[in-house]
Amino acid sequence: MSSSDQQPAPPRLAMPELLIGVGLLACAAAVAWQTLAIPVSPLYSKVGPTVFPYITMTGMIVLSLLLILAAVRGGWQPQEEKETPTDWKAMGIVVAGLVANLVLIQPLGFTAASVIMFVLVCYGFGSRHTLRDALTGLILALVAYFGFARALGVNIGAGFIENQLNTVIDAIITTLGG
Amino acid sequence: METLSHLGHGFSVAFSPMNLLWCLVGTTLGTAIGVLPGLGPALTIALLLPITYQVAPEASFILFAGIYYGAMYGGSTTSILLNTPGESATIVTALEGNRMARSGRGGAALATSAIGSFVAGTIGTLGVAFLAPVVVKFALAFGPAEYFSLMVLAFITVSAVLGSSSVRGLTSLFIGFVIGMIGVDLQTGQPRFTFGMNDLLDGVDVIIAAVGLFAVGETLYMASRRYAGKDEIVPLKGSLYMTAAEWRRSWKPWLRGAFIGFPIGAMPAGGAEIPTFLSYAIEKKLSKHKREFGTVGAIEGVAGPEAANNASAAGVLVPMLTLGLPTSATAAIMLSAFQSYGINPGPLLLTTQADLVWGLIASLFIANVILVILNLPLIGLWVRLLKIPAPQLYAGILVFATVGTYGISQSPIDLVILYLLGAAGFLMRRFDFPTAPVIIGMILGPLAETQFRRAMTISNGDWSVFYTHKLSLVLLILAFIGLAGPHIWAFIEHRRRRGPEHVPGDA
Repeated sequence: MSSSDQQPAPPRLAMPELLIGVGLLACAAAVAWQTLAIPVSPLYSKVGPTVFPYITMTGMIVLSLLLILAAVRGGWQPQEEKETPTDWKAMGIVVAGLVANLVLIQPLGFTAASVIMFVLVCYGFGSRHTLRDALTGLILALVAYFGFARALGVNIGAGFIENQLNTVIDAIITTLGG
Repeated sequence: METLSHLGHGFSVAFSPMNLLWCLVGTTLGTAIGVLPGLGPALTIALLLPITYQVAPEASFILFAGIYYGAMYGGSTTSILLNTPGESATIVTALEGNRMARSGRGGAALATSAIGSFVAGTIGTLGVAFLAPVVVKFALAFGPAEYFSLMVLAFITVSAVLGSSSVRGLTSLFIGFVIGMIGVDLQTGQPRFTFGMNDLLDGVDVIIAAVGLFAVGETLYMASRRYAGKDEIVPLKGSLYMTAAEWRRSWKPWLRGAFIGFPIGAMPAGGAEIPTFLSYAIEKKLSKHKREFGTVGAIEGVAGPEAANNASAAGVLVPMLTLGLPTSATAAIMLSAFQSYGINPGPLLLTTQADLVWGLIASLFIANVILVILNLPLIGLWVRLLKIPAPQLYAGILVFATVGTYGISQSPIDLVILYLLGAAGFLMRRFDFPTAPVIIGMILGPLAETQFRRAMTISNGDWSVFYTHKLSLVLLILAFIGLAGPHIWAFIEHRRRRGPEHVPGDA
C-alpha cells in the first residue's frame, strides 16, 4: 500500500489473526496427510475418493494464505471486540466444568456429572448461590434424563442417582399396577 | 388448481389431533428458544433429531417446522425488549424495535412484528405451496452436473456473498467440508480423515457439530466476555393493541417486506440478512415519519424487516424441499432429518412423499395462526423467560448439550469431539467467522461430492461436462460473479475514487 502521510498508522501485524491463519494452514497439512493415507483402488482412478479431499486441501491452503496476508496487514477484528478484555478466569472455570463432566460421566452417571458441571459453569458466570445452583442443576438434569432422554428413546449413562430413582419408579408402578 | 387439492389433502394430514399437538409443541418450543438468547432453531432441531427414530416423518417435520417458524417470532421479542438480537436475522428489528420499547411503545412494536410475521409467514407459505411445483418441473431436467454447479452456487452465496468477509465465510465452509468427509466414503468404502480411529469411521454426527458450534462455542464466548456489560430488559409498557394510525403505517411495510423476503429466501442463496436490511432501507426511504427513525423508533422499521424475515424463512423451504438444497444451518439440519428417514429431498419428493410435504406446508399455515396467538395474548409469559439469569441459562444449555451428545452412543469420545468443536466455535465467534457455513458445508459437501462423481462417471472422466451443459455453465458463471464481482466492483470504485483525488484507501 502507498505510504501516504495522511495514513493514520502503518498497519501492524496482528498476532491472534496470524495464529489463526497458521493454524488453518496446519489443518490443510493434516488434510493433505490424511488424503495421502486414503488407499486408492485403480478401479476408481477417474474420480476416486481423493479428488474432493485434494480440492478441499487446495482451497484451505489458499484461504489460510489470504488470512495470513490479512493478519500481516493489521488483522480484521472489529475494534469493539479487541477492546473487550477476555475473562480468562470465567472461561477457565467453565472449561473446568466441561472437563469434569467428561471425566465423571462414566463413573458417576449423567445426573451427578451434570450437577457438578452446572455448578461450576454457574460459578464461572458469576453466580455465588452454589447450593441453589446445585439444586437447580439436579432438577434440570433429572428433567433432562427422564423427560428428554426417555421421551426421545435416547439412552444416557445411568449412575447411582438414576438407578435409585428407576428402582423407586418401578416399585411405584408395580404397586399401582397391582 | 392442482396445488389447491394437494393443499386440501395436506390440511387433512395436518389436522389430525396428534399432528396438531406436534405443531403446538413445536411452535411453543420454538418461541421459547427464539426468546432465549444463546439458543436457536438450528441447535434445538439438532438436539431433537433422535426423535426421527421414534415417530413418523410427518410428525417430526411438523414439530421441526413449528420450531423453525416459532423461533422467528420469539427472536423479535428479544430484539425489541432486550436489544440483543437472538439471531442475525433480527438485528434490524432491534434497530427500531428497541427504540420504540424505550419510548414506551414496546407493545405496538411487539404487535406489529407478530402480526407482520403472521401476514408475511402466510404469504410466504402460500408462495412455497405454489412455487414448489413450478421449481420441481424445472428441476426434473437437472442432471448430476447441473446439481453440482447449483450446489457450488449455493456454497458461494451462503459463505462468500452474505456475511462480512468472503475469505472467512469460505474458510468456515471448507472446515465444514472436512468434517463432512470424515468417515467411510460411501462409494468406495475407504475410510477418510479418521486418523486411524475406529470411533471416527461413522463420521461426525451433525448433532455433535451443531451442539459444539452453537451451544458450547456460544457458552465459552459469553463466559469470556463477562466484562462486556449487560443488556437491560425494557419493561413492557403500553397496550398491545395498535392504534388505527399504527395499523395504517404497518400494513404496507408488511406486504412490501413479504414480497422482498420471499423471493430472496427462495433463491438458492437464502439468508435473512439481505431482505431484512433491504426492507429497512426501503421503509426508511418511503416513510413519512423519517424523524422517528433512529430516535424514538419508527413502526415501519419494525413491520417491514420482521415481515421480510419471516417470508424469507418460508422461502428457504422452496430449494430445500424441491432441490434438496439447504441454504441455512436450520435447513441443513432438517435435511439431515430427511436423510435419517432415508428420504432424499429433491424434485421427486413432492410426488413420492405427498403426504409429508403437503402436510408440512399445511401445518405451517396452522403454525402461523398458533404463533400469533402465542405471541400476542401470551406475551407476558415469554417476557418472563427473558429474566432467566445468564449463569443458569448457559449451564442449563450445557446440560442439554450433554444429553444430546452423550445420548448418541454413550461414548466419551463424542464429548471430546463436542468440546473440540466448541473450542473451534468459540474462536470462530471471537474472530468473526460465520458458523452456519460449517453446518451447510458438512451436510451439503458430501452431497455435492456425490453429484460431482456421478457427473464425472457419466462423462467418463471428462471435466468438460460442467461447462458444456448450458445450465451448468450459467450456474457456475453466477457463482463466479458472486465470488469475484464484489471485489472487482470495490477495486474499480477504489481506483476511481483515489485516482484523481489521491484519497488514501483504508485497504
